Amino acid sequence: MPKTTSRETISLALTGSGGAGMLTAGDLLLRAAARNGLYGLLTRSVGPQIRGGESAALLRIAHYPLETHDDAFHVLFAADWKNFDRFAGEIHLDEDVLVIMDEHAREVPETVENTTGEVCRLPLQATAKRTGGRVNMVGVGFLGRLLGMTPDELAAVIRWFFSRKGRERFIESSIAAMKAGFDLAAPHVKTGALLAPPSAKERAAAKNRWLMSGNQAVAMGFLQAGGRFVAGYPITPATDMLEWLGPRLPKFGGALVQAEDELAAINMVLGASWGGVPAMTATSGPGLSLMAEGIGLGVAAEIPALIVDVQRIGPSTGIPTKSEQGDLNLALHAAHGDAPHLVLAPDCVTDCIRTTAWALHLAEKLQCPAIVLSDQKLGQMHSIIDAINLPPWKARRKLRERCEGDYARYRITPDGVSPMALPGVPGCMHTVDGLEHAENALPSSRVEDHAAQLDKRRRKLFRMEDWPDEEMAHWAEVQGGGEVAVLTWGSAAGPAREAVRMAAEEGLHARHISMRLLFPPQKKRLSRLLDGVKRLVVVEQTHSGQFYHYLKSWFDLPEVVISCRRPGPRPITPRQVLRALREACRISEHESERVCQ
Amino acid sequence: MTEQTPHKPAEYKSGVHPVWCPGCGDYGVLAAITRALAPMGLPREKVAVVSGIGCSGRIPAYLATYGFHGLHGRALPVATGLKLARPELTVIAAGGDGDIYSIGSAHFVHACRRNPDITLIVMDNRVYGMTKGQPSPTSEPDFATPLQPEGPDMPPVNGPLLALASGASFVARGFSGHPDELADIIRAAIAHPGFALVEVLSPCPTFRPEQTHWKRQVQAGALQPAGSIGEAMAQVLAAPELSTGIVWKARRHLPHAVTEKPADAEALMQDLLAGFAP
Repeated sequence: MPKTTSRETISLALTGSGGAGMLTAGDLLLRAAARNGLYGLLTRSVGPQIRGGESAALLRIAHYPLETHDDAFHVLFAADWKNFDRFAGEIHLDEDVLVIMDEHAREVPETVENTTGEVCRLPLQATAKRTGGRVNMVGVGFLGRLLGMTPDELAAVIRWFFSRKGRERFIESSIAAMKAGFDLAAPHVKTGALLAPPSAKERAAAKNRWLMSGNQAVAMGFLQAGGRFVAGYPITPATDMLEWLGPRLPKFGGALVQAEDELAAINMVLGASWGGVPAMTATSGPGLSLMAEGIGLGVAAEIPALIVDVQRIGPSTGIPTKSEQGDLNLALHAAHGDAPHLVLAPDCVTDCIRTTAWALHLAEKLQCPAIVLSDQKLGQMHSIIDAINLPPWKARRKLRERCEGDYARYRITPDGVSPMALPGVPGCMHTVDGLEHAENALPSSRVEDHAAQLDKRRRKLFRMEDWPDEEMAHWAEVQGGGEVAVLTWGSAAGPAREAVRMAAEEGLHARHISMRLLFPPQKKRLSRLLDGVKRLVVVEQTHSGQFYHYLKSWFDLPEVVISCRRPGPRPITPRQVLRALREACRISEHESERVCQ
Repeated sequence: MTEQTPHKPAEYKSGVHPVWCPGCGDYGVLAAITRALAPMGLPREKVAVVSGIGCSGRIPAYLATYGFHGLHGRALPVATGLKLARPELTVIAAGGDGDIYSIGSAHFVHACRRNPDITLIVMDNRVYGMTKGQPSPTSEPDFATPLQPEGPDMPPVNGPLLALASGASFVARGFSGHPDELADIIRAAIAHPGFALVEVLSPCPTFRPEQTHWKRQVQAGALQPAGSIGEAMAQVLAAPELSTGIVWKARRHLPHAVTEKPADAEALMQDLLAGFAP
């Protein structure tokens, strides 16, 4: 770590065995940074153990909005080295890293022993013991000082934390430990803090910031659009969204059910939605696999439903606590038969609010299930974001309010959407069906009816290509320009946006396109965004290039397409994308379709 | 606004011709449902019948109420979601022994526990009729078919016993050949505030022709309301297997439902946002 310059951004890793309180320490530092008007994000890397095992809090603080981690960590604070090797591959250390560990620490990992940075053995345990606090609070003081925070600022977040949890008895000892840690850091800030101090203007902006996780943001988007029924089955990393909604949904007049399994969850959602209440389930890959049949029923019976998949690493149980984008194929092709449905993906924590609200709006408008693909990185990333105006999209369904013997639930209409009569409306009684049906909803195996209903269900989605641009503005976002472009979906947008900014600094002008609506494919719209692009870098966190192959099958792409992909849990980083961008500028056209990992 | 309340059972029928075989017990169940609804004066649009897959799963389309013909095994979750979203509706779930006790058995157990105010009608013919004659979860251990030539060689599921063990608040059995007694039971089940199981002996003359003798063997009213769950279980176990009647009724609280109360959503959203301030 260059000790003479204060940085605009800094990354810290806090590691220790589970229960060491590293995640709490990370939370407190993030909150203190937010109160000082800084931006930041915190992700966790934990093992599958419920208690114990390894845990790391990965923290990045900056003077500008952040969507992703940096390539390397500048400070590593290790409460102990137990099981460090399990996530060492996710924590790349900067060549000038500052490593803080206990004076008596044993089994120091080789990567740390051999670092070109500075390694400090300090009396962390002894200090904690002397003050009656814990090592994680010593860490809060030590790291807080490196970040330029004051003891008062740090004490305030400690008080906030323990008061909120009703554990006031820990406040004094924790503050004592924090202050002792603060003192220990003195030799490291002789020439100033490692992060440039926030200006008065930045500090004033703190009141216009939110500290939010992607899972909370999805829940907010759902509530904002009018969602009022949730059924779900606990699954990592989606559970905390359900837990957040549990006590809050009833205040909105809504209801949440913990279902017996994901089959029940999706079918409860369909039942509630058929009753007219906008409904959602939240799950992860294994749950989405189980819900596939229900999603097909939603398509056939034309029932709106929102299915949020907070992706984790698959296949099968995979790595439940870590992030990947490997559910794209499943989401696109979820049900058997020709079952077109909406697939969307938020591309940052803030966007989780917007894209979820838009997805519920679209599902209701088009009477069709919508799958929203978040992932563990976004969902469990705690992020300091600018406060936004809540999005305008609402759940509004085309309804039939009364009938006089003329009602046909699945009437063929030009836009494919048929007015829906909800149970309770007199004169419109009918039975909705997963069996193929005629316009009047009665089962039919006739060639003509199947063809007409298939056309109708496809048409209502594919007509979106012809919707006015202002209604579709949220489908994708483009930044920058130039003949080289990076194309991403979901959380891969974060590192790509940062890479494009870094590229611009070295004179390489590239554009970044983040696609939020993945199905139905917006072929004409993507062509417009790609206008003038000669070389395209497709970035995704999968092993097989699912996004790349999806793009190849649906869209007209530039001649040179590079698939830049990497499976989890190692994150996609800005410099990985930057390298791919540089390479894209170098390679000749006959080398197209190369893969860079 | 509601339609003029019909009072004749026939007015609850849609007029769609059933796919069922001649002599199928499900005709009796259809008749009993209409005879149960008519005296209750329930407007047809306020009733929703939810089913899964199987011969019995076709029943919603034959009724003039709202209907939902969904996935094999999943009638109960759909019915639960609907009832919690629209508590003012009368919700009936219907299915066969395979639909409810096999592929949907997890939902059956948990619907009993959760106690949504819905009535479940299980048409039990001890065979998979729609796929032409395989053993079902209620088939006798020696019911031999090509798929299981020696028979299932497993004890059949006892639906009422399983319901009692799972906390169901209303448990009864009826017989499709006695539609008036069955209508009385279904009416009591609908009136019961909570989850109600009505298992119906509903013969399959095509694949279980021996069941046509049930008419002579059924012991109507042999099950009587018990004073405790233990007593109810003992009765179900001791009574002849073709006994009918209501064996258990209890009051339990209902799950939380969506409320009509129009909330000031915008103010609530602002409250939530305040919670995200650092």
